[in-house]
Amino acid sequence: MDTAVQEAEGDFTPRDWAQHPPYLSPLYKSTVLRSPSKPLIPMKQGLSVRTGPVFGHDSLDPLDHDLTKNGRVNGEPIGERMIVTGRVLDESGRPVPHTLLEIWQANACGRYVHRWDQHDAPLDPNFFGAGRCLTDAEGRYRFTTIKPGAYPWGNHHNAWRPAHIHFSLFGPSFLTRLVTQMYFPGDPLLPLDPIYNGVPEGARELLVSRFSIDVTEPVWALGYEFDIVLRGRHATPMEG
Amino acid sequence: MSQTLKQTPSQTVGPYFAYAWTPELYGRRPLAANRLVTRDMAGEHIRIEGVVYDGQGAPIRDCVVEIWQAGADGRHAPGAAGFGRCGTDDAGHYFFDTVKPGACDPGHAPHIAVTVFARGMLSHAFTRLHFSDETAANEADPVLASVPADRRDTLIATRAETPGGVVYRFDIRIQGDGETVFFDC
Ligand SMILES: [Fe+2]
Repeated sequence: MDTAVQEAEGDFTPRDWAQHPPYLSPLYKSTVLRSPSKPLIPMKQGLSVRTGPVFGHDSLDPLDHDLTKNGRVNGEPIGERMIVTGRVLDESGRPVPHTLLEIWQANACGRYVHRWDQHDAPLDPNFFGAGRCLTDAEGRYRFTTIKPGAYPWGNHHNAWRPAHIHFSLFGPSFLTRLVTQMYFPGDPLLPLDPIYNGVPEGARELLVSRFSIDVTEPVWALGYEFDIVLRGRHATPMEG
Repeated sequence: MSQTLKQTPSQTVGPYFAYAWTPELYGRRPLAANRLVTRDMAGEHIRIEGVVYDGQGAPIRDCVVEIWQAGADGRHAPGAAGFGRCGTDDAGHYFFDTVKPGACDPGHAPHIAVTVFARGMLSHAFTRLHFSDETAANEADPVLASVPADRRDTLIATRAETPGGVVYRFDIRIQGDGETVFFDC
């Protein structure tokens, strides 16, 4: 539960629609009936949205950041062990400290624990596939997990989602909320994926993580870096 | 302040978020729930409920509604009702048990900030919930005034006194007839 409240000084920069996908993106068929059709109405930012929930360590369990351990029943999860780390920054490059991240993902075979997932690939009894962590004072986060597999979906004939990890972030206000997906470098499914391609050209690449030999731990796990940029703040409150 | 970095693009929550976001069914501790109220919490205890519909009027069952609100005194304070999260069920239904918030912005009617996520929504949508019994405050509210008059009622939850308590009905129509007003803010 939220344990405290933050109040931001000054308004937040707007959502940058040159970066974010439009609601309607017809190649991703589910958007056709789930996209608002009327233009968004501009709204001045009041206290009711400049504030937001703060989650502390009491929101976390000790293994929440380690998906190779938090679902164990009788052994280790199967798959390629990996570390995902990066920084959460605002648009000015300032770190977003002590903010909560949630992740969820398929197992190494491309199968989710979710009850609706009917993909004919095995569940891993030792992998749950969800985790949480907080950024540190420099905005840095770190998860240990298993590299997720690609999985088929019904959007079009022979549709496969590229391997990805779902990310959910809060940031300093209700307005900085972001849900996104992290992808892997060189994935041949990326150019074929309508969800990835829903993002404007030129912005998509920001969703692709970087392999890092420095993050990679010898004889243990491969390392990937993924930085996340949230909405920033105007220097002074906007009036008018 | 110069903006040197670009915002990370949004992506859909997809269909398989429930075991991470509302994991009680999977035997896990949730980050947040749809019961924000505790027995002794000051203010009027209310339920907010509704159905989320798509552009053909079909209920959306893989949707999450998040809310952020002030307490009955209009303040966002630790320990007050604040953040809530509820996934829709097979009938597209969601609900929150909470307190009716006080007004937190000068000149604004009491309201709750609402965010909608779903499979098929590549970016989330912001709206806000007002209360049908706050007629005078709603008439003076600058955000409601900025909305075309024939769409304002999409932002107003309808109060009903039921045997179980006070219920405000707030359906969310993502698209089409009676489309909920969504904001850029
Ligand atoms: Fe997914």
